[in-house]
Amino acid sequence: MFRLDHYQLDERLNDITLNINSSEKVALLGPSGGGKTSLLNTLYQQCADKVAWCPQEHGLVEALSSYHNIYMGQLEQHSALYNLANLIKPLAKPKQAISKLSLLLGLEPQQHLWKTVNHLSGGQRQRIAIARGLFRQQSCFLGDEPVSNVDPVQAQQILELIISRHKTVVIALHNRQQALLNFERIIGIKSGRIIFDLPVKELSSDKRQAGLLDSLYE
Amino acid sequence: MVSSIFSNIKSSRNLSLTFLIVALLCIPFADLVIYQVEPWDELARMGQGIMRPSFPELSILIDSLIITVAFALIAILGATFWGLLLALVFQFRIVRIFCASIRAVHELFWGLIFMQVYGLSATTGVLAILVPFSGIFAKMFAEIIEQQSSVPYSTLSTKTDRFSRYVYTRLPQAWPQMLSYTRYRFECALRSSAVLGFIGLPTLGFYLETAFKQGQYSEAAGLLFAFLIVIATIRWWFFTKIIPGYVLVLIYLVLAVVALPDSPTVYGSTLVQFLTQDIWPKALLQGDVVAATAWYQHQLFDIALPALWDTLLLSQLALVLTGLLALVLYPWASKAFFPQSFSLTRGLGRAILLILRSVPEIIFAFVFLLIFGPSGIPAVLALALHNAGLIGHLLMRHSEQIQYRADAGRGINHYFYEVLPRIYPHFLSLLLYRWEVIIRESAILGILGITTLGFYINSAFEDIRYDRALFLIMISALLNIAVDSFSRKVRANTDKTNKPSIKLA
Repeated sequence: MFRLDHYQLDERLNDITLNINSSEKVALLGPSGGGKTSLLNTLYQQCADKVAWCPQEHGLVEALSSYHNIYMGQLEQHSALYNLANLIKPLAKPKQAISKLSLLLGLEPQQHLWKTVNHLSGGQRQRIAIARGLFRQQSCFLGDEPVSNVDPVQAQQILELIISRHKTVVIALHNRQQALLNFERIIGIKSGRIIFDLPVKELSSDKRQAGLLDSLYE
Repeated sequence: MVSSIFSNIKSSRNLSLTFLIVALLCIPFADLVIYQVEPWDELARMGQGIMRPSFPELSILIDSLIITVAFALIAILGATFWGLLLALVFQFRIVRIFCASIRAVHELFWGLIFMQVYGLSATTGVLAILVPFSGIFAKMFAEIIEQQSSVPYSTLSTKTDRFSRYVYTRLPQAWPQMLSYTRYRFECALRSSAVLGFIGLPTLGFYLETAFKQGQYSEAAGLLFAFLIVIATIRWWFFTKIIPGYVLVLIYLVLAVVALPDSPTVYGSTLVQFLTQDIWPKALLQGDVVAATAWYQHQLFDIALPALWDTLLLSQLALVLTGLLALVLYPWASKAFFPQSFSLTRGLGRAILLILRSVPEIIFAFVFLLIFGPSGIPAVLALALHNAGLIGHLLMRHSEQIQYRADAGRGINHYFYEVLPRIYPHFLSLLLYRWEVIIRESAILGILGITTLGFYINSAFEDIRYDRALFLIMISALLNIAVDSFSRKVRANTDKTNKPSIKLA
C-alpha cells in the first residue's frame, strides 16, 4: 500500500525506508517535531484519493454546522448539484447516515450536529474531524493524533471504531498504552529518522526492545 | 434553543436576503429605461481607440501625470497626519461627528467649494483630497487601533500618561495594518486626484474628459492606459530595502511640492465673502425668516428629497449587483481555485479585477451612458463594476490566505463548502463598508447628468447658486452619516455572531 525507499524530505525526514501492507494497523510514536506529521503527509500524497484523512489541524469550516463538516468527507462522491442542495437543506439520506455515525462518536445528533463548529469544545471538534474521515468510507485511514483531546475511555472506543472500519490504519499517537493495546506494529520516529519498526508482540515481550520505547523520548 | 442553533448562519443569510429583496423592490421605481438605441457606431470607435491607443504630446502627458501624483501624495501625507491626531481623540462624539461630516462630502464637492476661494490652483486640488481623507483615516485608524489586544496596554502603570501609552502600545501594535491601509488609500487618492480633472484642475482627468467629449477615443485610451500603468506600478515605488521608507517618502514629498503648479494669491476678503455671503440664501441674510423658511422648504421638497430618493434607489441596486459580481469574479483570480504556478485563467482573472478596480467609475459611467443613454443603468453598472473589482480583489486575497486540508474538494464543491462559508462574514462586512462609499461615489455620476444628488449640486455650482449648493451638500452629508451609522449597527449585529478571521483591508 505504502512504500518508501531511502526517502528524503529536506530537514524533516531522513533516509526513510518503509513498507506498509494493505492489511496492517500501524501506530507512529515519537516526540513532537520528530517527523510524524511529515511522514503521514508523505504517505497521504502516495494515494490521496483512496485515503480517509484526519490531519492535526482538522481543517473544519467554522461557519458551517457539524453536519456539513462531516458531510464534506463525501463531497467528491456526489454531483456538485447534490452537494449544493444538501448545503441549502440537509438531505434525508446523508442526514440519517451522519446522525448514526455521530452517535458512535458520542455526539448527540440533536444537540451537536446542527451547531456551527465554532461553538464546540476541542474534543468535540476533534471528533467531528474523525467523523469526516470515517464518513469517507475508504479502506485506509491516516490520522495525525486524532484522539489527543478526548478522554481516555472515549479515545479507546474511537480507536477501536476506526480500526474496525478500515483495512489499513496508520495513526500518529502520543499515548504508548493506546499504541500497544490497539495496533500490530509500531514505528518509532525521532529527528526525522526511524528509530525502530517492530511488531507489538516483540516490543511487549522482549525487555530489551521495550527499552526502545523509552529511548524515543530521551 | 432550536432558533439559536442556526442563529450564526441565519443572521448572515437574513441580512443578505433582506438586501436582495430590497434591491428587487427598487427595480420598478428606479429609472432603468434604455434610451439609446444605436450606440454601435460610437462603441465601434471606442473599440478602435482601445486597440490603437495614442498618446497626447509627451509633455502634457507627463505634466498631468506628475500633477495627479503630486496632489495625491501631498494630500495623503497631510491626511495621515490629521487622521492620526483625530484617531487619538476619536472616542469623543463631537470628533466622530466632525470626521463623519468631512468625509461624507465627496472630493469633487470639496473641490468645487475650495475652487470658489482658491481658484483652479494646487491648494484646491490638495485640500479637496486632504480634507475628506483626514476624516476617513481618523475613522479607520481608530477602528484598527481598537481591534488590537489590550493586554500590553493594561500592563503599564496606571500613572502613565495617555499619549505615552498610545505611542508605546496601541500605535506600534496597529502600525503594520495602518501602513497597508495607507498604501491602499494612496491608490484611492490617485483616482480621486485624476477625477478632480473633471471639474477643471490640471490633472489627468482634465485631458481625459476633453478627449472623451471630443470623441478622440484613442487618445482617451492612451491616457487611461498610462494611468493604469502608474497605479499598477505603485508597489515598486517603495523599494524600502534599498532606501528606508521615511527617507523615500520625504524625497517624494519634496519632489511633489516642487512639481505643484503655481497657486494664485488669494485675498482673505474672498474667503470672508464666500463664508458670510455667498453660501447663504439672500432672504436669510436680509433677516427675512419667513422667506428663508419658504426657500429652504422649496429646496428640500422640490429638489433634495426627489434627488435623495434617486440616489438611494441607484446605490441600493449598485450595492447588491456589486456583491453578486464580486462573488462571481473572485474565484477566477484566486490560487484557492487555480493553484498551478502558472495559470492563464488566474492571470486573466487578476487582470480583470485590476482593471475594474483601477478605472475610475466615471469612465465606466461615460461608456455606459453612450450605450444605454442617460438613465440609472449606467450609474448602477459603473458603481457595481468598480466596487466588485475592489471587493473581488480583497476576497481573492482572503481566499488565498486560508489553509485548506490536503483532501479539500475542487470546483463548485470547494467554492460552496470550503471557501464561501469561511469568507462570507468578511464579504458582508466589506459590502456594508462599501455601502457608504457607493452612495458617496454616486455623486460623481451626477456630473455626467445622472440625476443623483451630485447632479443638482454640480448644476447649483454651475448656476453660481452657492446657497443651494451648500444646502444640498449638507443633505448629502447627512445621508452619508445616516447610512454609515446604520451599516455600523448592522455590522455590530452580525459581527457578534460571525467572527471575521481577517480584518478589512
